[in-house]
Amino acid sequence: MTQQVTDLQINTDMSATPASGTQVREDKLIVRNLDFFYGETKALKNINLALATNTVTSFIGPSGCGKSTLLRILNRMYDLYPGQRAEGEVLLDGQNLLDPKLDLNLLRARVGMVFQKPTPFPMTIYENIAFGIKLYENLSKSELDGRVERALRGAALWNEVKDKLNASGLSLSGGQQQRLCIARTVAIQPEVILFDEPCSALDPISTAKVEELIDELKEKYTIAIVTHNMQQAARVSEFTAFMYLGELVEFGPTTRLFTAPEKRQTQDYITGRFG
Amino acid sequence: MNPLYVARARTDKIIRFLCLSAAAFGLIWLGLILFTLISKGFAGLSLAVFTEMTPPPGSKSGGLANAIMGSIMMTLIGVGVGTPIGMLAGTYLAEYGRHEKLSFYVRFINDILLSAPSIVIGLFIYGAVVVPMGGFSGFAGSLALAVIVIPVVVRTTEDMLLLVPNQLREAASALGLPRSLVIRRIAYTAARTGLITGILLATARVAGETAPLLFTALSNQFWNVNLMKTMANLPVTINNFVQSPYDYWRQLAWTGALLITLAVLALNIIARLLGTERKSK
Repeated sequence: MTQQVTDLQINTDMSATPASGTQVREDKLIVRNLDFFYGETKALKNINLALATNTVTSFIGPSGCGKSTLLRILNRMYDLYPGQRAEGEVLLDGQNLLDPKLDLNLLRARVGMVFQKPTPFPMTIYENIAFGIKLYENLSKSELDGRVERALRGAALWNEVKDKLNASGLSLSGGQQQRLCIARTVAIQPEVILFDEPCSALDPISTAKVEELIDELKEKYTIAIVTHNMQQAARVSEFTAFMYLGELVEFGPTTRLFTAPEKRQTQDYITGRFG
Repeated sequence: MNPLYVARARTDKIIRFLCLSAAAFGLIWLGLILFTLISKGFAGLSLAVFTEMTPPPGSKSGGLANAIMGSIMMTLIGVGVGTPIGMLAGTYLAEYGRHEKLSFYVRFINDILLSAPSIVIGLFIYGAVVVPMGGFSGFAGSLALAVIVIPVVVRTTEDMLLLVPNQLREAASALGLPRSLVIRRIAYTAARTGLITGILLATARVAGETAPLLFTALSNQFWNVNLMKTMANLPVTINNFVQSPYDYWRQLAWTGALLITLAVLALNIIARLLGTERKSK
């Protein structure tokens, strides 16, 4: 099922402003009337938004506003922990991924995630990539080699590691480890990639590389990124969602949100008056 | 100078002195034990110790070959049986049952088992295995050792798996790995050295256990590798020989004690080396 971004479809809550008019895009992921609970605590309140196909959407807001929580719903990561539950609808190509009968492993193969801290697996660089591929596909050694190389090239890491594919993934620098994690995610060919503050543990040069990468990845994937860095949101994303205290305050094209925010809270946050 | 600071500095000195003295006091006894063992045991060390059987009363020759073999067999079987059970239980506690009520009870009971006197475990196996089977056996001895291994391995497995950062599990799950693969391929690999260390320490622990073997494996004067018969072993042999009136027996007892100590020391050093290798990575 494909949908076009129009005021009508994005949501009924007028506080979230969609990308209106100028471009017609398909929505990959649609979030409707989403509430989320940590036990009794309501962490997200009536979230409505859509991620357009092959675009980057960034989520900004002060710590604890629920942006990471929202991201972790999109691949049902919260399901690993008891006492957390989501209500509402999250449609991935029209399929509700909050459906309790959904196969979570298949969902996570379609919706990949890159975390705040680089998390290479305790195995070789090669195995870090090949491991995920082998879960889903039965490939010959040479096919697998090709896929590993392509994934590492895709993450702009190939030239740095091609001579030490059998070294431990843990031997790489922080920035390289993070790109290894991106390569690992890309290798299993997901449709959506979620980035949860992917650069907060990286130095500026590594950050620039990861940002370039995100820019390239959107050619093929639909991307959501949570960031504390507003310049980063401005640099990498087409759409930005500003969240505060579990609510989606404002959602719209990044350039408009940063130059002419409609909400007072958004303006206060992006100008550094709170947060 | 500030009198308050002077007083505090003095207290610091006194406390440091007390801590150092306590540490030295403990180490002195350890040193004395090692010194006594080496000085008394080393004299009896010869090839015969490893090739000849435990001597009959009054004999002036003989070795510990059957006891060494019995100890190795029963320790290996005990560890071999106890380790998988302990690891599975530890995995349940750290992975599947982290938020379950059952874990609380399993952990509690495991702690009791961990601190249970080993003679109680020996008695239990005597009642549960030796009596129904109609006699002492190496099999019963191995089982008693396995029961001691289990809680040690449960505890170290749980502790080591809990040290694996949750982010790693999340990252693996995010690739769509089913839970069992996350545990086997990611958590076990990340905790590997810690898990091996735990098994080595459990081995060291049971290698020197006497009480659980006293009325399970008993002892045997002859070479025996049949698990269904009584089996010689170092701890019980030491226990018997050291109380004997024969000088040669008492000498063998010291030598046996030295052998056990060296074996346990070696296992501990290997475990420690593995542990530091992990930290430096």
